[in-house]
Amino acid sequence: MTVTIEIPTAFRRFTDGAQKIDCSAGTIADALNELTTRFPAITRHVRDDSGQIRQFLNVYLNEEDIRFLGGESCCVKEGDRVLLVPSIAGGR
Amino acid sequence: MSDLYELRCRECGKTWGNVPRSFCEECFSPVEVAYDYDSLKKISRRENLSRRSFNMWRYAELLPLPEGFEPPNAVGGTPLVASRNLATRWGVKNLFLKNDAVCFPSLSFKDRVVATALAAARRFGFHTVGCSSTGNLANAVAAQAAQQGFDACVFIPADLEPAKVLNTAVYGARIVRINGNYDHVNRLCAQIADRFQWGLVNVNLRPYYSEGSKTHGYEIAEQLGWRLPDNVVVPMAGGSLITKIAKAFRELIALGWVEEKPVRFFGAQATGCSPISTAVKRGLARFEPQKPNTIARSLAIGNPADGPFAIKQIRESGGWAEDVSDPEIVEAIKLVAETEGIFTETAGGVTAGVTQKLIREGRISPDDTTVVCITGNGLKTTDAVAAEFPPAEAIAPRLDAFEALLDTQLAAAATKGN
Repeated sequence: MTVTIEIPTAFRRFTDGAQKIDCSAGTIADALNELTTRFPAITRHVRDDSGQIRQFLNVYLNEEDIRFLGGESCCVKEGDRVLLVPSIAGGR
Repeated sequence: MSDLYELRCRECGKTWGNVPRSFCEECFSPVEVAYDYDSLKKISRRENLSRRSFNMWRYAELLPLPEGFEPPNAVGGTPLVASRNLATRWGVKNLFLKNDAVCFPSLSFKDRVVATALAAARRFGFHTVGCSSTGNLANAVAAQAAQQGFDACVFIPADLEPAKVLNTAVYGARIVRINGNYDHVNRLCAQIADRFQWGLVNVNLRPYYSEGSKTHGYEIAEQLGWRLPDNVVVPMAGGSLITKIAKAFRELIALGWVEEKPVRFFGAQATGCSPISTAVKRGLARFEPQKPNTIARSLAIGNPADGPFAIKQIRESGGWAEDVSDPEIVEAIKLVAETEGIFTETAGGVTAGVTQKLIREGRISPDDTTVVCITGNGLKTTDAVAAEFPPAEAIAPRLDAFEALLDTQLAAAATKGN
């Protein structure tokens, strides 16, 4: 499946300025692994020392936080968008 | 004089100067304002406060304000109410309500955070300010932006109640309705702040915004006679306020303005949106996000950005977290109104309801000094309690009609009493 990872500004210095990265993946984990394989310098910004997605980085599959979809093992389908967004929740 | 503060990553410690940014570009963790306390100690003295008005700007040196800042309005300075009736009802001795339901200008503690955020917005040259919000924050941004000459653009979920939209629209703010829930709106705002040169108070101005919360804590200490309480019960949405009250207390100790003593921090959430209290009660290392379903919409953040810090603060202080159901929230709103004459919004019902629960569970001792943080006004969430008070029957303008009504009511009361 080809999915698109949208790269926030803060990460683009690791992706040669690319705003979007297309990758071939069956799951979110696959997509993130392709991202970190192609751009190794981004790895430590995506995952912590134990290999988990960093606590303050939220990953969305289309409109949904992947934690509601079973985490990074959730499957993706052709044309899906993966968003990386820093954890920012203000008061309401 | 150069700034005595700058942004620092809360995880990796990297410093970033003063810029509109909410997260560390190295590790994506939140940044916060860190101060040069040694220098602050030399220029800020408790004695100086006696000449200043009682509002949040009396603590100006302890806030991230630009040089030459002139306070545009008298935000904060709310009452700390010795709540004897409520204390008697709950069987405790020293209970206080810190009442930000009467905060100027828009009747919630959000006025404090918006005040410091707009000072930063001015400093960074933003002309447009905004926020993601469903209520109190939007009101505060719209009101203060109007007074200070900023354009305001507020992002809200499309299904928001008309009354809440009106409370923002009246100040002339532009309102963008989003098809989605609050967490969708919030995520979009993170992307908007990434793309546009706008000052979104709870996104790219967040570190400066959240510092305004500290003034709630400074005032509590000052109003207790420059003493810290034994316990503080704080409502939690994104989880920021509880950590900022703790920071305020730590700063007062560091400056020598209060004696050091342990303060237990207790967090309050609605059961229908309780990621933080659930994590505390279950001993989880990380909270699990939730889909909110509660009448306490001002606390309904299922994915709280400061949740990890709130959990840490609660655990390290020896406190606890609890949550209450929607019916318990309504009962607590009524109890605070009936005993103390304070009409708080649903968030206040959560905090009061949780306090009652903590006392009954023995987690708050009857002899302690306990402060309960009331952060918003009941006039904004009348829908939550309207069903409890159906309109009374109208009577003819005659004395006999009134006497008949009294007889009926007395009989009803007697039946209820039996």
